[in-house]
Amino acid sequence: MSDLLAAPMLLAVFGAAVALALPGRPGVQRAVSVVSLTGIMGVAGVLMWHTHQVGPVALWLGAWAEPLGIALVADRLSSLMLFVASVVALCVLLFATGQDSDEQRRETPVSIFHPTFLLLMAGVSNAFLAGDLFNLFVGFEMLLFSSYVLLTLGGTADRIRAGTTYIIVSLLSSALFLISISSVYAATGTVNLAHLAVRLRDLTEPVQLLLEVLLIVTFAIKAAMFPLASWLPDSYPTAPAPVTAVFAGLLTKVGVYAIIRTETLLFPTSPVNDVLMVASLFTMVVGILGAIAQVEIKRMLSFTLISHIGYMVFGISLASEAGMAATIFYTAHHITIQATLFLVTGLIERRGGTSSLDGLGGLLGVAPLLAVLFFVPAMNLAGIPPLSGFIGKLGLLQAGAAAGTPLAWAVVAGGVATSLLTLIAMAKVWNRAFWGITPAEERRAARVIDIDGDGHEDDDTRPMPPLQVGATMALVVFGLGLTVFAGPLYEYTHAAAAALRDGSYIAAVLPEGLR
Amino acid sequence: MTANLLLAITAGVLVASGVYLLLERSLTRILLGVLVISNGVNLLFVVAAGRPGTPPIVGLGDPETTSDPLPQVMVLTAIVITMAVAAFVLTVAYRSFQLHGHDEVADDVEDARIRRLAEADAASESYEDTTFSDSGEDVVSE
Repeated sequence: MSDLLAAPMLLAVFGAAVALALPGRPGVQRAVSVVSLTGIMGVAGVLMWHTHQVGPVALWLGAWAEPLGIALVADRLSSLMLFVASVVALCVLLFATGQDSDEQRRETPVSIFHPTFLLLMAGVSNAFLAGDLFNLFVGFEMLLFSSYVLLTLGGTADRIRAGTTYIIVSLLSSALFLISISSVYAATGTVNLAHLAVRLRDLTEPVQLLLEVLLIVTFAIKAAMFPLASWLPDSYPTAPAPVTAVFAGLLTKVGVYAIIRTETLLFPTSPVNDVLMVASLFTMVVGILGAIAQVEIKRMLSFTLISHIGYMVFGISLASEAGMAATIFYTAHHITIQATLFLVTGLIERRGGTSSLDGLGGLLGVAPLLAVLFFVPAMNLAGIPPLSGFIGKLGLLQAGAAAGTPLAWAVVAGGVATSLLTLIAMAKVWNRAFWGITPAEERRAARVIDIDGDGHEDDDTRPMPPLQVGATMALVVFGLGLTVFAGPLYEYTHAAAAALRDGSYIAAVLPEGLR
Repeated sequence: MTANLLLAITAGVLVASGVYLLLERSLTRILLGVLVISNGVNLLFVVAAGRPGTPPIVGLGDPETTSDPLPQVMVLTAIVITMAVAAFVLTVAYRSFQLHGHDEVADDVEDARIRRLAEADAASESYEDTTFSDSGEDVVSE
């Protein structure tokens, strides 16, 4: 079973190599990508089942003596994250292949989309399964590098501008990560997470605090936590819809995953929880206030993305089993929903000709199916019962109430307010994009139909390709599946949260109990 | 573990100069900053390796006096990644030069918009305007 741990990365990297070698055969590229992502999904599913039944599994690569080699580890948390990530990635890839040839020429002039996308997935898999800090760094670098390429696809002025900020911030966070790793190694003599968990306890408290803060700041940049989130809303919206969707779904959540690992495995008695809690409150409130002020749907969604990272950080900072279980549930929910909403925005952009609310209207009459596809995940994001967003938020707020400190109550209040404000933001999109009359009707009413005088009515709307609608629908259904199967899933995340602190991870990686 | 103070200070100076360069506007200088920072960080790994010793090759010298090979491996990985970073950032800088004739990092769209609004505020007659737009663009242009 443990040999399976290497499969997700190998599948993705081999798929990328084959796709890169066949630039002139888009059909083959698509087939290879779909096959390797489906493979990753299958492996992640098996890992989920196995870790739930048996417990964490570890694989030591290269057959080195035990604390020295590179370890891959899967427990309930990492298998669930990998599974949700691969489902989202598969749907996004199908969405991307649904672009017609005209759009493809404009969005991705060179046929590097598929190999880069697969390498991104390899990085994500590596980060989720990494058993040591340095391998986690390598995973981050793989996914960041792919994201640089995907963000600047085509090299248009907009994307170069947005990409520059993103790249510089990411490079800074990578440098910080390396500084943290070298400090950790200098203090303990190991980078293996399980080994570190044992050895870090022997350090004095100030040294532990220093290492913890270094790691948390690094991961907070990647997770887009306030006040380290200002790079996100400016860089994500300019990319093509599928790229933004996969970034929004996966990249920040890898940061959240890394924070969960650090806080539970390496520093279980953390003194920075209160700081994290304050940061989570500000992340929620500042993020959602930014979202309400936006008229561009993609930018608005980028802000809600930041805002909802706050919920996950809140659950982590509670340092209770209930809080952690809710966080894991919420992360799985949010990966799906945020990616779905960005895909729907891609469809809105096609059908309505723009993604700015100023130029949209009356979509409900033009495309009722699109309206349904937007409405369900939007309500899910806002946390309307009985959808999974509500269940996750309820779990977090209950855990916050159970903690009972004044600060926790303050964040609970902030969480409720953020949920309501999210509803306002979503209602704004709904009112202005789906209700009212279409811009074309508006122009007809104002008797300006043919502004540019080419004899055609001005209309840059295009029909939605069936494959894109299908892929979006699949993700919406998957999001609803998280709601329908919330009971078993919540049980699973509870077990995952309990297993994070019971030492089973360390026992799986170091069965002989090294010091 | 014994640490080399001189190396640690050098690493600090390198990172500090790198941060200074990182705050520049031109992408080429920023790249130089990133390169200097990564050299500083690589030195930190050498510091983390502790006492210097003979090359860590099996059968070449006493295992007691060899230096720690693990940080060196990590530095190698970091060097490779830095090379890729340099190549990519140079490409972006060149593309930026092709597009705009310079490689300066542009302002955040939102910041620029707010600044435009603030500048236009003094002469804003359209403040009472009844057309509803919260993008601000219409308000400024009218």
